[in-house]
Amino acid sequence: MQAEVFDTPDAAVSDIPDGATILVGGFVSAGTPSNLILALKQTGQTGLTAVANNIGLGDLLDELCEDRQLAKVIATFAIRASGTRSSRFEAQYRAGEAELELVPQGTLIERLRAGGAGLGGVLTKTGLGTTMAEGKQTLELDGERWLLERPLRGDVALLKAWRGDRHGNLQYRLAGLNFNPVMATAADLVIAEVEQIVEPGEIPPESVGTPAIYVDRLVQCEPIPVRWDG
Amino acid sequence: MTNATPPAGLSRELIALRAARELEPGWVVNLGIGLPTLVAGFVEPSDNILFQAENGILGYSGISESDFDSDLINAGGQPVDLVPGASFFDTADSFAMIRGGHIDAAVLGGLQVSEQGDLANWYVPARGGGSVGGAMDLAVGARKLIIAMAHVTREGEPRIVEACDYPLTAERCVDVIITDLAVIDVTESGLMLRERAPGITAAAVEEWTGAALLIPDDVPEMSL
Repeated sequence: MQAEVFDTPDAAVSDIPDGATILVGGFVSAGTPSNLILALKQTGQTGLTAVANNIGLGDLLDELCEDRQLAKVIATFAIRASGTRSSRFEAQYRAGEAELELVPQGTLIERLRAGGAGLGGVLTKTGLGTTMAEGKQTLELDGERWLLERPLRGDVALLKAWRGDRHGNLQYRLAGLNFNPVMATAADLVIAEVEQIVEPGEIPPESVGTPAIYVDRLVQCEPIPVRWDG
Repeated sequence: MTNATPPAGLSRELIALRAARELEPGWVVNLGIGLPTLVAGFVEPSDNILFQAENGILGYSGISESDFDSDLINAGGQPVDLVPGASFFDTADSFAMIRGGHIDAAVLGGLQVSEQGDLANWYVPARGGGSVGGAMDLAVGARKLIIAMAHVTREGEPRIVEACDYPLTAERCVDVIITDLAVIDVTESGLMLRERAPGITAAAVEEWTGAALLIPDDVPEMSL
């Protein structure tokens, strides 16, 4: 087992095809693969679907809207509550040029988990009695009502970790885990940017946050700090 | 409405302080974005209340004044400090805590609350699009749901209504509403006025509430 190590983020993402569905790890500034996101801007794929916690809150995902690379976004935060500032994505969404599927955060992570774990769906109470349940199946089991949410997978996942070893084991720091470990399981091609590439054994086995089995590509980059400006 | 503007009640800080009083020692509490984040500043360390952030932290003490570390933020993107014994986890674990009934209380903002305790807080029809975050999961999963919000909109329209006309976050989920004017419990028999803000009469609270309000003979002023 060996992850392929790339010299630059651009090289790591250059063969992603137009129209791909891309899972993007991170939560605003924490654990966000900003180098890989900017690499996608350089390589210029179009018609992409991005699955991420947030877009347009100071994150660099919104940069992909400058050249209209995103056809659709599946996210939990996408439109600011107040109208004082607006992202590029918001403008394209309002103009009908980009599609938005808003998903409750706990449902988004479980849909991804189901997608990565070979499960056919998730039963949750989240969203019952709301517009989130429209067009979806509900079930009654032992007198309780549940909403059926379907699995979600990506063609590609872009992750950010602190360290990665040459096998592909990833170690996260602080609150940098968030969506990354689950997204690692739910895509055909998994690319991680890390602050350091180390030799196998340097990450203690009990500190591995994502086991190497899930990770295909590694690239070492200086992290790009971003800040929520929502 | 007979008056154009409601009487001046509590500041945002005092609403947060009053909301903090609803929390019991030893509880695990999630704070929503905006006004609810101020609640962390009004709990006593000796109460051992642990704050959970849905992006994957159990045990932060409040907003950090030190250097910004992009990997150490709460769910509102703000830098936070940790308490001894804090832990980090991924989003699946975080929402297992939230939906699985492990969170004692959540304090969230609100746009509208109905007399049955329905909550609307994620979508402003005039803006569209919306941002839902973890609100729907918290509304369904927190054992006690405290809504901290302004009693009326900027236009003077009541936010406490017979039925929400904004899209719902969840049905029948709210336990208590804390506003600049009052503390109101959602009970089996309806909305019950528990406390008034200093200088605010029960009649004034009733006037600015868009749903039937049960008013006991003696409604004490909040002690702040």
